[in-house]
Amino acid sequence: MKQRSYLALEGITVEFPTKAGRFRALDGIDLEVDKGQFVALIGHSGCGKSTLLNAVAGLVKPTRGAIFLDGQIVDAPGPDRAVVFQDHSLLPWLTVEENVRLAVDKTAGGKSKSERKEWVMHNLELVQMGHAAARRPGELSGGMKQRVGIARAIAMNPRVLLMDEPFGALDALTRAALQDVVMDLQARLNNTVLMITHDVDEAVLLADRVVMMTNGPAARIGEDRAVSLARPRNRLEAIDVPEYADARSAVIHFLHERYRNPATLAA
Amino acid sequence: MASPSPNGKKGPSASAGGSTTELGVILPYPEEAIARRSFEPVAAPVHPLMRRMRGMAASMLPTLVMLVGLLAFWQLLCGSPDAVFPSPLKVWQESHDVIVHPFKGVDIGLTHFSIQNGGDVGIAGHVLTSLSRVLIGYSMAAVVGVALGILIGQSVFAFRALDPLFQVLRTVPPLAWLPISLAIFQQAQPSAIFLIFITAIWPVILNTAAGVQTIPAAYRNVAKVLALNPFEYFTRIMLPATVPHMFTGLRIGVGMSWLAIVAAEMVQGGTGVGFFIWDSYNSSLLTDTIVALIWIGIVGFALDRIVAFAGRVIGRAS
Repeated sequence: MKQRSYLALEGITVEFPTKAGRFRALDGIDLEVDKGQFVALIGHSGCGKSTLLNAVAGLVKPTRGAIFLDGQIVDAPGPDRAVVFQDHSLLPWLTVEENVRLAVDKTAGGKSKSERKEWVMHNLELVQMGHAAARRPGELSGGMKQRVGIARAIAMNPRVLLMDEPFGALDALTRAALQDVVMDLQARLNNTVLMITHDVDEAVLLADRVVMMTNGPAARIGEDRAVSLARPRNRLEAIDVPEYADARSAVIHFLHERYRNPATLAA
Repeated sequence: MASPSPNGKKGPSASAGGSTTELGVILPYPEEAIARRSFEPVAAPVHPLMRRMRGMAASMLPTLVMLVGLLAFWQLLCGSPDAVFPSPLKVWQESHDVIVHPFKGVDIGLTHFSIQNGGDVGIAGHVLTSLSRVLIGYSMAAVVGVALGILIGQSVFAFRALDPLFQVLRTVPPLAWLPISLAIFQQAQPSAIFLIFITAIWPVILNTAAGVQTIPAAYRNVAKVLALNPFEYFTRIMLPATVPHMFTGLRIGVGMSWLAIVAAEMVQGGTGVGFFIWDSYNSSLLTDTIVALIWIGIVGFALDRIVAFAGRVIGRAS
């Protein structure tokens, strides 16, 4: 019997019923992720990246195939697979602290009230948002909201951290600041991460592996490239390392030569 | 010892620029003396309370002007002795007693409150009777309406089963329920309350249901990832997310229940502001009717504002 990886996707096919019959979003995806590995999923819009992430989160049920986490089959959503949503999805009627607290209360069984509060504040401090604990999401900028979204996810002590294009809606400078936050967290916590991104630099800078997906429908994994940059990483040092340029070039060739954006082809 | 020039350092150059008159040398004005100050116009300090009152006055002024204009126009239109409709002055003269003694027959103390049963009761007494009916019927409609709204908002099966029924029943006018209500309850008081209930409940149900159905998928996904149980989902996500819709329904509902009570009391008689109108009409006291209309309008407006305010407070707290 073969030994499964920490996170193993085996033959994941996802089909959605539509008016024009069944739409196959993903076609037999196999993916193995080791514990502590940071995997970036990249591909053009509509290639089913989000569907794949949602399948791991348990929000989408695969039509065929199975997902294993630490040897156990995944078939429902749960706090062991925390999600950082693209739109941050903070609850606007709760303060920043209460938003994180809601997640902590569901995952910190056995901890006392004061321990929970401390844990909430600790995680907010990790993303430098301790100062805004009493504020509501509506009073925060997009970047700050997403920091809280990240704090909420890591406060759940997930076995896998799923990030669905977490910085897609942010401007370039805010995005860079948040990438630094993620790199810092990765250096401290060494989470197992699955992150969707559109951004080649983001993928190469943050990830140990860049998994490139072909264009949908019936998307598959086209290429899987390791990024062997030393950790902890630093934006300024990384750009001068040949491996960074090579990995970047590989991803760009994949996205813009082998599998061009279907939208630009149509235009 | 040379005494220092009064112009300071500018002294030597000053004489060069000065002109000579009969009286001597006029020194140019020393630069230091030209105050480099900008004279900002200083507004008189305004007390915050004063400022607030000014703001209120500014926002109320158009309303007041409109009111005075309307009354003047009305007086002009109906002022002649043979006018069929009473003028404002006539209303004031003929219904003077109704206007200045609204609490006749009402006994309000710190610990007790009662309205004289029957007889000569002031308009406020009738309004309070109507309000107590609205309070009971509307509270029931709010509780049942929110519960039913959550049910059909949450369950597709329940929605498909009940929504057509609700859509048909909500178009039935309040007065059409009266015979049915009387047949069921036999008595005036419970039938009036049922009438309020059945009129106010539809907007509460339908708006609450819409609120539940439009909870963003993002919040539902958060609930799934956090593995909230149904009770936690209800209290932490569904209720706070639905509060704005709920209060839209409750606000429409309170307005409709006020409409219904007046109609119901007009037919049933006895007490209440609706009865007052019917009674004054039958006694050909049109001016009393006009006073009652103003009372109804103001109370209805107040009810709407109270529910809206409650919605804001709860929306902020939840």
